[in-house]
Amino acid sequence: MLTLSLSHFLILGAILFAISIVGIFLNRKNLLVLLMAIELMLLSVNMNFVAFSHYLQDISGQIFVFFILTVAAAESAIGLAILIVLFRNLKSIHVDDLGSLKG
Amino acid sequence: MFDNFVVPNLLPAAPEMFLAVMALAILMIDLTVKDSRRTVTFALTQLTLIGCAAIQFATSTGEITYTFSNMFVDDLMADLLKLFLYMTVLMVLFYSRGYIIDREPMNKGEYYVLALFATLGMMVMISANHFVTIYIGLELLSLSLYAMVAMNRDSVVSSEAAMKYFVLGALASGLLLYGMSMIYGATGTLEITAIAERLYSGGVNKTVLVFGLVFLVGGLAFKLGVVPFHMWIPDVYHGAPTSVTLFISTAPKLAAFAIVMRLLVNGLITMAADWQSMLIILSVLSMAIGNLAAIAQTNLKRMLAYSAISHMGFMLLGIVTGVVGGDARYALNAYSSAMFYVIAYVLMSAGTFGMMLLMARAGFEAEEINDYKGLNKRSPWFAGIMLMLMFSMAGVPFFIGFFAKFSVLQAVVAAGYMWLAIVAVLFSLIGAFYYLRLVKVMYFDQPEDESPLTAPMDVRILISANGLAVALLGIFPQVIMSLCAYALLRSL
Repeated sequence: MLTLSLSHFLILGAILFAISIVGIFLNRKNLLVLLMAIELMLLSVNMNFVAFSHYLQDISGQIFVFFILTVAAAESAIGLAILIVLFRNLKSIHVDDLGSLKG
Repeated sequence: MFDNFVVPNLLPAAPEMFLAVMALAILMIDLTVKDSRRTVTFALTQLTLIGCAAIQFATSTGEITYTFSNMFVDDLMADLLKLFLYMTVLMVLFYSRGYIIDREPMNKGEYYVLALFATLGMMVMISANHFVTIYIGLELLSLSLYAMVAMNRDSVVSSEAAMKYFVLGALASGLLLYGMSMIYGATGTLEITAIAERLYSGGVNKTVLVFGLVFLVGGLAFKLGVVPFHMWIPDVYHGAPTSVTLFISTAPKLAAFAIVMRLLVNGLITMAADWQSMLIILSVLSMAIGNLAAIAQTNLKRMLAYSAISHMGFMLLGIVTGVVGGDARYALNAYSSAMFYVIAYVLMSAGTFGMMLLMARAGFEAEEINDYKGLNKRSPWFAGIMLMLMFSMAGVPFFIGFFAKFSVLQAVVAAGYMWLAIVAVLFSLIGAFYYLRLVKVMYFDQPEDESPLTAPMDVRILISANGLAVALLGIFPQVIMSLCAYALLRSL
């Protein structure tokens, strides 16, 4: 039977992190997808912290995860609020329509 | 159950606690204040900042004091940076007042409360000795700033800038956290001083550590706004309301300097050879791209954004040269020159954006370089102040900006990086071009609008004082330089 080791979790965390970075930079469609990618990034970091915390037998990593989770909630609230302000002005949430600032 | 609970020493964090309580109280008091009487909120905010400074003076011991289970540290570096922070925020809010009164959506009590919360976040960052504290302070600052950028809610550019700032800021936090998780995995602790001890005693997995360090430096570079993580700076400076640009371009630089010092110097000094080589690349690229791109700008805010990128690159040179081949003889000199550079930059940047706010009126932003045509004919005094600020930014001798560059270069040469000093001087020379172009526009072009400048007396006095400080501290740079050196000597 396969036992899960620390490196399995770290690789999963790295894959999730990479997916979220790609999601932010290659996404040309919807701003909501960007917000989802940001959430995913924070969750991949949480995975790392929990895995290390268990492996090191040190509780402080798991406490950090609680802080990250609460801040992530506040962050999405602000992100969605900005999205609404933007939609009122632009009548669109497409990434390509964000083009008035260049240079 | 709570037998081993000990009440921590609250004294080192007294200014933070005072500010937090006052920010919440002002939020409540403001509910009863009409839009026309917003002066009450303004005055309370300023009094709070002065109160913080007073408490800081009363409680500071000058010793390195850890509290809250070593999560929070109070030392002279923190005290000095916080004092400059209160002064900067006080100045910023003074300059912004007329601007936000003219713009209805921003003339709310929330503006001041958000500024106070951002200040609280920066104070926590400055005094952090633990990854959690750094992260919480950083997010408190960033979240407040996102909201402030978006506050002029009917403006398309402001909301677009806010969105870009939000996405890239969150990405930066993600990078920073990922780096922190790897360093946690390698060292088994989140506390910065404990990390330094574990690294010193050895037996740490170097691969994991360097992997984490790359992400950590990336996250810090984002927050400082240095190339290649600078994309957000021009857009946010340009799109944000000028009063918020003034805020973003000044106070957070002090806090960013502080977390660079805490993480890289206090925590990871044994890894200096690794992070210094990364910072050298960031620094040279920032000076190159910042100065070259600034030449092409017609918008003053965008030009100053690129100038900010190049200044932060220059400041990093001071941090790069602290340890040479394991020899930390010049560390104090190098770090204090970087600290002096940040303080000088904040002073100059505050003055320049303050002038933009002074020129702006309802419906007129004064953000194009052409808006400054013939300023000398309209107001010789303020044209003179702007001239001093531009000369200082360019590094013309005997202004504070010159001595800031000079002390950093001295540290670079002392560390034996001659080529780096030459590169820095060359790019500063290129940079002088666009600062002097503004001077040329002010003094030799014909004004399109002959009307004299109008501004309230208090703002006139403050901005004159700011401009004169740039000149006077250029004659007596030792005042701030020795303060920085002394503070770091007692803190490192």
